[in-house]
Amino acid sequence: MRPVFLAGSILAVSLAAAGALFAQDAPRLRGPEPFSLDAPAPPMPRPITNDVRVRRNYPDQPPLIPHNVEGYALDLNANQCMTCHARRFTEQSQAPMISVTHYQDRDGTTLGGLAPRRYACLACHVPQTEARPLVENTFRDMDELAEPEQRTGARGRR
Amino acid sequence: MGLSRRELIKTQAAAAATAAACGIVPASAQNVPVGDELRLKWDKAPCRFCGTGCGVMVGTRDGRIVATHGDMRAEVNRGLNCVKGYFLSKILYGSDRLTQPLMRMRDGRLDKDGEFRPVTWDQAFDAMAAHWKRVLREKGPEAVGMFGSGQWTMFEGYAATKLMRGGFRSNNLDPNARHCMASAAVTFIRTFGSDEPMGCYDDFEHADAFVLWGSNMAEMHPILWTRVTDRRLSARHVRIHTLSTYQHRTTELSDAGIIFKPGTDLVILNYIANHIIQSGAVNRDFVQRHVNIRMANTDIGYGLRPEHVLEQRAQHANDAQVSHPADFEAYARLMSEYTLDRAHEVSGVPKPQLEALARLYADPKTKVMSLWTMGMNQHVRGVWANHMVYNIHLLTGKISEPGNSPFSLTGQPSACGTAREVGCFAHRLPADMQVTNPEHRRTAEEIWKLPQGLLPSRVGYHAVLQDRMLKDGKLNAYWIMCNNNLQTAPNTNNETYPGYRNPANLIVVSDPYPTVTALAADIILPTAMWVEKEGAYGNAERRTQFWRQLVDAPGEARSDLWQLMEFSKRFTTDEVWPAEILDRAPEYRGKTLFDVLYRNGQVDSVPLSELGAEQKNQESRAFGFYVHKGLWNEYVRFGNDHGHDYADFDTYHEVRGLRWPVVRGQETKWRYREGLDPYVEAGSGVQFYGNPDKKANLIGAPYEPPAEVPDAEYDLWLVTGRVLEHWHSGSMTLRVPELYRAFPSALLYMHPEDAQQRGLRRGQEVRIVSRRGEIRSRVEIRGRNRVPRGVVYVPFFDASQLINKVTLDATDPISKQTDFKKCAVKVALASDRSGATAQTPPDPRGGPR
Repeated sequence: MRPVFLAGSILAVSLAAAGALFAQDAPRLRGPEPFSLDAPAPPMPRPITNDVRVRRNYPDQPPLIPHNVEGYALDLNANQCMTCHARRFTEQSQAPMISVTHYQDRDGTTLGGLAPRRYACLACHVPQTEARPLVENTFRDMDELAEPEQRTGARGRR
Repeated sequence: MGLSRRELIKTQAAAAATAAACGIVPASAQNVPVGDELRLKWDKAPCRFCGTGCGVMVGTRDGRIVATHGDMRAEVNRGLNCVKGYFLSKILYGSDRLTQPLMRMRDGRLDKDGEFRPVTWDQAFDAMAAHWKRVLREKGPEAVGMFGSGQWTMFEGYAATKLMRGGFRSNNLDPNARHCMASAAVTFIRTFGSDEPMGCYDDFEHADAFVLWGSNMAEMHPILWTRVTDRRLSARHVRIHTLSTYQHRTTELSDAGIIFKPGTDLVILNYIANHIIQSGAVNRDFVQRHVNIRMANTDIGYGLRPEHVLEQRAQHANDAQVSHPADFEAYARLMSEYTLDRAHEVSGVPKPQLEALARLYADPKTKVMSLWTMGMNQHVRGVWANHMVYNIHLLTGKISEPGNSPFSLTGQPSACGTAREVGCFAHRLPADMQVTNPEHRRTAEEIWKLPQGLLPSRVGYHAVLQDRMLKDGKLNAYWIMCNNNLQTAPNTNNETYPGYRNPANLIVVSDPYPTVTALAADIILPTAMWVEKEGAYGNAERRTQFWRQLVDAPGEARSDLWQLMEFSKRFTTDEVWPAEILDRAPEYRGKTLFDVLYRNGQVDSVPLSELGAEQKNQESRAFGFYVHKGLWNEYVRFGNDHGHDYADFDTYHEVRGLRWPVVRGQETKWRYREGLDPYVEAGSGVQFYGNPDKKANLIGAPYEPPAEVPDAEYDLWLVTGRVLEHWHSGSMTLRVPELYRAFPSALLYMHPEDAQQRGLRRGQEVRIVSRRGEIRSRVEIRGRNRVPRGVVYVPFFDASQLINKVTLDATDPISKQTDFKKCAVKVALASDRSGATAQTPPDPRGGPR
């Protein structure tokens, strides 16, 4: 454990110096200081599996996956996501149905089921872990900008 | 306890809704916004990430991006984005954005051993200019350099190439695209005399079979993968064969996932050529009319430092690029060594898989699209591998027509547009011209209105060589823009970092965020990103796409374009050009580089009145003319009527991109084929007109082994790469919480039996050690990648797990592109130091700071 402790304290000292300049301390984004220092690997965070829907940042954002998808089959024979999210299974599964856009082919024609171009679900929908973001993101929701009382509130806060 | 979790959540939601309806929220508020409150301003832009070039619609309000979605009108993606693209809205808003220039200072002065302090742009530029001038005076143009980017806009790349070559008279300009697709770019020129693919994305809907060579498209080019899977699942006869050194999401969705031993793709490619020859499938008429046969120099070394034993031992390390005219028989003789038995033995691929693959290419009725990226380009024989794919397509004539398409994918949004077309490589000028060609230099001098004989003729330092020259103290003034090279270059602890901290060098980094590279610099310049500036990108299918500045950059952040042009004002020709040139052309005396490069009567010829009243454009308003349009109008003269025609500036702001050459308003989808490409003469059928004889060069080459191979001590192959959720070094995507939480840190993917053999369990901390250095990571034996025994995979996005301290700086000797896919490592439990190698080299700044 000793080298880890030592590395950590050197890191802390050098960051204290840089801290005033960089809006947030995020050594994991900037690498070890100095560069040649050995850095510990953070533990693997647990996946979020609470089934709670997460608000979207804007309407077209693909919803995040609030459950584990480890080992889900997604090959030419099977798409495991569709065993819950296909229209005909949503009553049993109580999972959200795939979006209506997912029935449309490249030319916008509506098909009778999941469009082949939407087959690889995980290209757009990703599960989450319990990892805490390294820096804050100051993106502001359009609702916050659109609603008058919120807008004044937001301005007041700044 | 009667409530399930789901029911509990529903109850809470209902309570919240009731509260709202009962007026517990302020009574003045209409609970659903209406009218103008709903309106967003929508504009188009290409995606900021990979080379696919998806169209994005960007919604802004009150000077901020509030939404993005896939552009339905964009041909490339028709409304789709990958998860990174869907989160573009948030990449600008990491709270650690840089908003003011920073300089290492001590006692109020620039000092390499000082701490970063905020300074003004003038202070930063003055300090830079003083150093640049001293270096130019004492050591000449070859001691200044710039490391640019395939993420630069075309305008930025063009301004940079002018400043470096025409201003400082140095070809030490190279893009990070060197690490990414130099092997592809170099082979295009060697084979067809013209860079970039003959086909386009429309091939996806025409092909009967897709063969992926070293490309995990499902993660790295997800939207192009949707077009492949769409075709596969929509037409029953279509097949996908994916070649890789490990299994991943793409092999999962392929008909055949072909796993070969690292480096042996060369053997498989030559076996296919041999099969085509032996089975009589050669299209003899096509080969006779359109193809020259040549043989490559062999035993060409590994692009390591010249004193390395592997270079000393290699017969043709110094003329690796040379090839010799040959005939078909000589080529067939070489290929005949690559039998099915040998291919199976060397590659480890089962014979039925190899045969099925070869038959696909040999069958004249099957249209084949070959796709490749880093597995083939980041390869010590990357140029040969590229040649070998073209060889197969040329032997069968399966090229330059819908569905028959050897297609090189790119990893950066403007690898094609900026790094290649504009000419940001150490050996290139715009429009495929070369710095070593006196006629090409003269053309550039004419178009740029510069004195004859000004442009340097010597090929500059390429990416890896720049790092070596910085370390060796031969390159002393260095500007890094729009990339994170200390995280992404190979063997960084020994070959990159020492050069940055070498006391003889001044290192400047322009970036929106404090990256690993920025923190190792002496001056950090805050940069405007993506739609904070007007821009143009060129994607992998020759499609040029423009966008407008939509929001302002934070604080004092300025675009790379503004930085380059503003910096040029600090130099006069008398300070940087030789006296004999000014004696011959005295009218240039006393002018600034800004005057001769940008206020040259061309770049400054478009008045500000051409900007709309509401149109944002920081650079133009700063310099007093429409900079982007002026640069474009000058730049397009290089390629017009030479097979590289672009449309006019305003058109690109209307359309969703056009694929060059754009002739008489029409884009070109397939080059070199009569009826599809206006440059091909009637009656000729096919003309590879980039070469003087209008034929393509088929260049035969053998298999040669990788530079480093696992042995008893370093017993594993290390393969590095990306993951879907993060783009390259992660400086943008790690700051988006949703993307970060989806994949928060790098992992070591390992075969369960390899882990068991070393006593390792999933999640344990391990050391990954090579002869160059080591890092710590965590073991993953499940998940999206399944590596075979003897291979491990580590992504490079994580700044706290800098895997490039471990990689080897061996390159393809012809393209100078690094092989990030093949080196030897060992892996052990982190807490067990018994097998530890020597400590990492000491910090050249001397001890902990």
